[in-house]
Amino acid sequence: MCLGIPGKVIETYRENDVLMGKVDFSGISKRVCLEHVHGVQPGEYVLVHVGFALSRLDEAEAGRVFALLEEMNQFDELKIPLADEPGVG
Amino acid sequence: MKYVDEYRDGGAARKLATAIAHTVTRPWTIMEVCGGQTHTIVKSGIDRLLPPQVELVHGPGCPVCVTSLEMIDRAHAIASRPEVTFCSFGDMLRVPGSRGDLLQLKSQGSDVRVVYSPLDAVNLAAARPERQVVFFAIGFETTAPPNAMAVWMARKRRLTNFSVLVSHVLVPPMITALLQAPGNRVRGFLGPGHVCTVMGTGEYEPIARRYRVPVVVTGFEPLDLLEGVFRTVRQLEAGRAEVENQYARAVRDEGNPASRRLIEDVFEVCDRKWRGVGLIPKSGFKLRYEYRDHDAERRFEVADIETQESSLCISGQILKGLKKPHDCPAFGKECTPQSPLGATMVSAEGACAAYHAYGRHLAVYSGRPRGGAENAPLRGRPLNRGAGP
Amino acid sequence: MAADDSLAVTPFGSCPLPKSRYDHILLGHGSGGQLTADLIQRLFLPGFANDVLGALEDQATLRDCRLQIADCRLQIGSSNLQSAICNLQSGWVAFTTDSFVVRPLFFPGGDIGRLAVHGTVNDLAVGGARPMYLSAAFILEEGLPLVDLQRIVASMRAACREAGVALVTGDTKVVDRGKGDGVFITTSGIGLVPEGRSLSIHAARPGDRILVSGTLGDHGIAIMSVREGLEFETVLESDTASLAGLTEAILEACPSTRCMRDPTRGGLSSALNELAAASRVGVELDEAAVPLRPEVRGACEMLGLDPLYVANEGKLIAVVPPEDAERVLAAMRAHPLGRNAALIGEVVAGHPGMVILRSRVGGERVVTLLAGEQLPRIC
Repeated sequence: MCLGIPGKVIETYRENDVLMGKVDFSGISKRVCLEHVHGVQPGEYVLVHVGFALSRLDEAEAGRVFALLEEMNQFDELKIPLADEPGVG
Repeated sequence: MKYVDEYRDGGAARKLATAIAHTVTRPWTIMEVCGGQTHTIVKSGIDRLLPPQVELVHGPGCPVCVTSLEMIDRAHAIASRPEVTFCSFGDMLRVPGSRGDLLQLKSQGSDVRVVYSPLDAVNLAAARPERQVVFFAIGFETTAPPNAMAVWMARKRRLTNFSVLVSHVLVPPMITALLQAPGNRVRGFLGPGHVCTVMGTGEYEPIARRYRVPVVVTGFEPLDLLEGVFRTVRQLEAGRAEVENQYARAVRDEGNPASRRLIEDVFEVCDRKWRGVGLIPKSGFKLRYEYRDHDAERRFEVADIETQESSLCISGQILKGLKKPHDCPAFGKECTPQSPLGATMVSAEGACAAYHAYGRHLAVYSGRPRGGAENAPLRGRPLNRGAGP
Repeated sequence: MAADDSLAVTPFGSCPLPKSRYDHILLGHGSGGQLTADLIQRLFLPGFANDVLGALEDQATLRDCRLQIADCRLQIGSSNLQSAICNLQSGWVAFTTDSFVVRPLFFPGGDIGRLAVHGTVNDLAVGGARPMYLSAAFILEEGLPLVDLQRIVASMRAACREAGVALVTGDTKVVDRGKGDGVFITTSGIGLVPEGRSLSIHAARPGDRILVSGTLGDHGIAIMSVREGLEFETVLESDTASLAGLTEAILEACPSTRCMRDPTRGGLSSALNELAAASRVGVELDEAAVPLRPEVRGACEMLGLDPLYVANEGKLIAVVPPEDAERVLAAMRAHPLGRNAALIGEVVAGHPGMVILRSRVGGERVVTLLAGEQLPRIC
């Protein structure tokens, strides 16, 4: 559940004593509450759910699935047929 | 889109699907917990990329679907009042209660509005002091911080015309209830990625240990789900039952401490009735006594209503992963998104609704037995992308 | 879907009204999806019963109504003699009607008046007609500021001029405050379908290619972005435009174009599903080929909306024979309204009546008609 998408923080400001920010999603920007990602800086990415930033996105961790895929290149070398070719699945 | 597009790469997806095919040696039933994960799976056709031994069953991870009939009826009663401006997330509007859904109420003249964020409802209350603004605060733990923030802000700004109707539900008690149910076939879980950004991963350790099930906390993009399945299958094949974090780019093991503190301040755990499943003890949040002034149930004194769920509907069995939508005799016939009989058809994220939206009830899928044929392409050949004959 | 066709006494006589769970009209009945289709099939078509209406094209080509128009221009020669060059064109009358209830009345990129002119012109143009005359009937709500109405009229006049049509007749009514939404506009349009042209949604054949003239979802998201409760900080503009020039360019490049459609409410999905059903063919769509503006994509991701279901007001799809696809694509891209034109799919013999999409990830799914109104989701 919980539709959350990554957005880039453009600016931060305080409103009613709560940390808010303008967050960009591919050119669309929206006001988002940043109170629970204190210390986030413009240029960083946050995960946004219903106008609220739940967490900051970690660039280093984001590459993990691709590291896993690198390990899997061994399958290419063994020339094993891929999922949508005859003989598999 | 950064952090999105990379996780939708077709080549990488095929590699992961192949890796899964080469790791699996016997059948495994895995459940993805979140409705959003179900949505991606069905929308991208991921389950059809998996080898036949891996069966994905869809969990009751859709807070919209599992909101109890009584709660919808209470919402209906409150929203019918002329002084009330009833604000809700969009997909809640179509959930049928005993006397219809909120969309129908709107068509009859009630002031029912869609908001994107609970904070918008607070701002509305501040802008319209003459109205009683009520926000329908549903969701899993993911939505608890924004809902809590809305209540906290309303109190801070002394908004006497703002209240919330709370129906939060919690994931770990639900998973536990599922694992304890007779006939359970689920051997591993793709854990709720966004819930864990808030709550952390620790709650799933005792579950993994006690029931010997791997829990891989997974994201929502196609590659996340494929990697989640791969890691789960890898554990199952090796006889391991641990909590792993596939969604580490967003989830920290400790979750979000600031969010957890606010949730603790505003909400407390209570028993909750889940539509289609029944009462699960200590599986929900309600407003703490200190915030009672913003509790819509108190303010509007809504009485309980007896509920009758359709006897045709097998939502309960679907929510527990015992049956698939197309196993239901009513699926696509008496029960459709326009006329849902039960929980899993009501919201776009419910398994039945997702299946229906993506045409799984249609002839092109019928007559395919479980096993390899289920994952065969719908058409015989790849899409012709070239212009010209 | 279970339909209990019980006879009911209605203003239409003994027209059977199906038993539906809704006693009132819902917003979903106007969304261009399943509910709209049901209302048309179960109430309007049986109610009015005639073949022309039953074909459900965007405009009605009245093939028992021939038209000859004289398109005359004066030429002034060197000796001050005037002569008239008259172009006699003959063909059939095309006739369409439409109504416009958009809220807010003024939105980025346009207003209800501009939308009304473009929408009517486009209904005619996609059927291969040259739009000529419009009518406009206004239902005004008591209390509407006159300056708003003036703005709308000025906007319509400019749009008519751009589209080369004349608004020749109209009507005005006023309703009590609270009984309208400011302004409702109902239009009709008349055009000429030149002799020899015959486009129809029943004409698609396996092998045909499906082209789209540009980015999808712009209008629907622009409207949503200024609606209360969903405001964005960024201003997104509607794509509302008159497509008459583009359709002529397409038909010049390929006279045997099967059909064109403008995917308004219900989006691309409705247009393709209607095509598949009418021509009894299947449609295969390539998700990666569908052009989207990044902002529209961002908004859809954020709200959990599918761009395939979002309305467009300045775009069209064209179904053309495979050997003509390259040429038509080039002609579209040469036109200002077709710069982002793309080949997005193909007509097939398999799975008739069904639209199947191949996702970026390599999986597939069926693109079904929108159930009700598309609502932003939380999960």
